[in-house]
Amino acid sequence: MGTAESTCIEMGLICGKAASSAARSASPCICQSVRYILNHMVQYTKARLDASFAALSDATRRGVLEQLGRADASITDLAEKFHMTLTGMKKHVGVLEQAGLVTTKKVGRVRTCKLGPRRLAEETAWIEEYRQLWTSRFDELDRVVEELKQKERVDGRKRRD
Amino acid sequence: MGAKGEIDPTSGKNRTTVERKSERELVVTRRFNAPARIVFEAWTKPELLKRWWAPKSFGVSFLSCEADVRTGGTYRFVFRHAASEQPMEFFGRYIEVTPHSRLVWTNDEGGEGGAVTTVTFEERGGETLVVMHDLYPSKEALDAAIASGSTCGFSETFEQLDELLVTLSTSVGRS
Repeated sequence: MGTAESTCIEMGLICGKAASSAARSASPCICQSVRYILNHMVQYTKARLDASFAALSDATRRGVLEQLGRADASITDLAEKFHMTLTGMKKHVGVLEQAGLVTTKKVGRVRTCKLGPRRLAEETAWIEEYRQLWTSRFDELDRVVEELKQKERVDGRKRRD
Repeated sequence: MGAKGEIDPTSGKNRTTVERKSERELVVTRRFNAPARIVFEAWTKPELLKRWWAPKSFGVSFLSCEADVRTGGTYRFVFRHAASEQPMEFFGRYIEVTPHSRLVWTNDEGGEGGAVTTVTFEERGGETLVVMHDLYPSKEALDAAIASGSTCGFSETFEQLDELLVTLSTSVGRS
């Protein structure tokens, strides 16, 4: 079973705990997963995706995450930066906070925001998995392209000769 | 996200970048050290496509690779994976084929909700920047594709996330 399971893990599948039992029985899990690896590698779970989308569907909220990636900031700072009212910014931060992307802490009268423990880790991990696949594909494509270039050079020389 | 076409310092190869542009789109970029006509050829001749589209490191291989690469033409790829008895099929139609610069195809194996893939080839100084863009018809289509791809069940984390989402959608609904 080692092969199937390690392939499954290598591919960064989202099967989680189900992976080992799935590998043992070569269940549709792997088949499905491989299917999706190939088919645009959309191996998010629905929940994971919904969470990201709900929070990230808004340009301001994406901007806030980007900003917090650089440095922690208070809600007042963020409101100023994004030309918003305090109330408006509080709402956005609330959505991000509930999705686990941002945490806030009140010290005195100032509420400071920073990237949450979940941060964009899952998002990033998924993008990275997808990138891995395309990197592998393109590395092989490089070889094909090199061959075609060589062939063209040889053919070109032949024509000249 | 790094600059398009930068070199990966660890491998010395051209870097592949992936960016999610929106809830409906994904964009992949990569530079190739060859003119566009050569890169284009490798994407449009089935016997060449076959050599790179199913990378060995992913444990998949082609059972068959048919591609009639011209506007209105169709493709059908059949893969095999060591862990699965059932072959996997991918098929669709080429909507646009503009030699050396642009390819557009549909991904029909998933029914209505499939993405439309656009690949552009931009040549500059003997190099080619490939930009691949997957556009899903709607957020729901992408969600559905994803949901059907995750039949393995959720890990604890995701279950917790589900609970969070319920809270989230209720509170958003209220405001």
